[in-house]
Amino acid sequence: MHELGLMTGVLDAVTQSAVEAGATKVLKVTLSVGEMTEAIEDCLTFAYEALTEENTLFSGSELEIHMVKPRSRCLDCGLEFDHDRFHVTCPQCGSPATQLIAGRDLRIDSIEVDIPDDADPAPAKGAPAAECA
Amino acid sequence: MATHIDMKQPILDKNDRLAEENRKLFAEKHVFVLNILASPGSGKTSTILATIEALRDEFNIAVIEGDIASSVDSEKIKAQGIAAVQINTGGACHLESDMIKRAVDVLDLDELDLILLENVGNLVCPTDFDLGENAKVMILSVPEGDDKPLKYPGVFQVSQAVVLNKIDTMPVFNFDKDAFCDHVKQLNPNAPIFPISATTGEGVEAWAEWLAERVRAVQ
Repeated sequence: MHELGLMTGVLDAVTQSAVEAGATKVLKVTLSVGEMTEAIEDCLTFAYEALTEENTLFSGSELEIHMVKPRSRCLDCGLEFDHDRFHVTCPQCGSPATQLIAGRDLRIDSIEVDIPDDADPAPAKGAPAAECA
Repeated sequence: MATHIDMKQPILDKNDRLAEENRKLFAEKHVFVLNILASPGSGKTSTILATIEALRDEFNIAVIEGDIASSVDSEKIKAQGIAAVQINTGGACHLESDMIKRAVDVLDLDELDLILLENVGNLVCPTDFDLGENAKVMILSVPEGDDKPLKYPGVFQVSQAVVLNKIDTMPVFNFDKDAFCDHVKQLNPNAPIFPISATTGEGVEAWAEWLAERVRAVQ
């Protein structure tokens, strides 16, 4: 489902955050993708690799995808339960009145970036520069 | 130095934020917006025409049509004296919230009660794109087969109702209506199923009344 389009959006958002933080490299991007969305993990990875190939900000970076299992809360008996996309009724009381609390996520969780350490402080005026060994 | 930055940002952030703006505007203007999802040829436009026929005396209706190309559908709607805006995506296989925002600018929301959004014919991609609508409804037609819920679970799960169209063709196709309804109920126990024939009118009244109740609720 438009993994290329989704990943373009991810890279734009990550680039903005990285640049705002003063980073020179993105080391890792972590996404959460619900199993009930139409996005496919392999296609996301492929799209990431294709789009970051020529992008120096992302070179060598890692993409981590957490696939989020569907989880619902029964509105009748209150049970919270994990399930797959084909079975949505409450396993405890059989009620169809359930509320999905996870599984349709499509989210950038976090990034790891490399921010250059502050440059060494300049020598005090008048003091000789350190001699090279 | 390696630094961790929390983002917790939706990937479809831009679309979703615009969808929320659309949603707020529709609520302010008391307009009910229905996003209709279905395969090409399932009878979206015919169902829209039948719905208009049933509801136009009570509500002011407009239609937003989404297609890759052509104005075939919007012309059919306009021929019935109903305002229609045609969006040509030029290749995008689903509508997005910015397209709806632009289409709605052309309509006078103060004069409208109901907008029917005919999404691009597609059972996959429109599922995950919020347009700011009040509800999504999907149409499945008998010739497509009773196993479609098994193959396309997403679209059945996001819909608040399922319209089963072309029931007049059941004698010709091997369509197991009970099996179809069971499959839908497994995925979406709360969505009513409305068997209709948009062209003969059979079953349209019950479907139209379901929609009308919801439109009345936002007036």
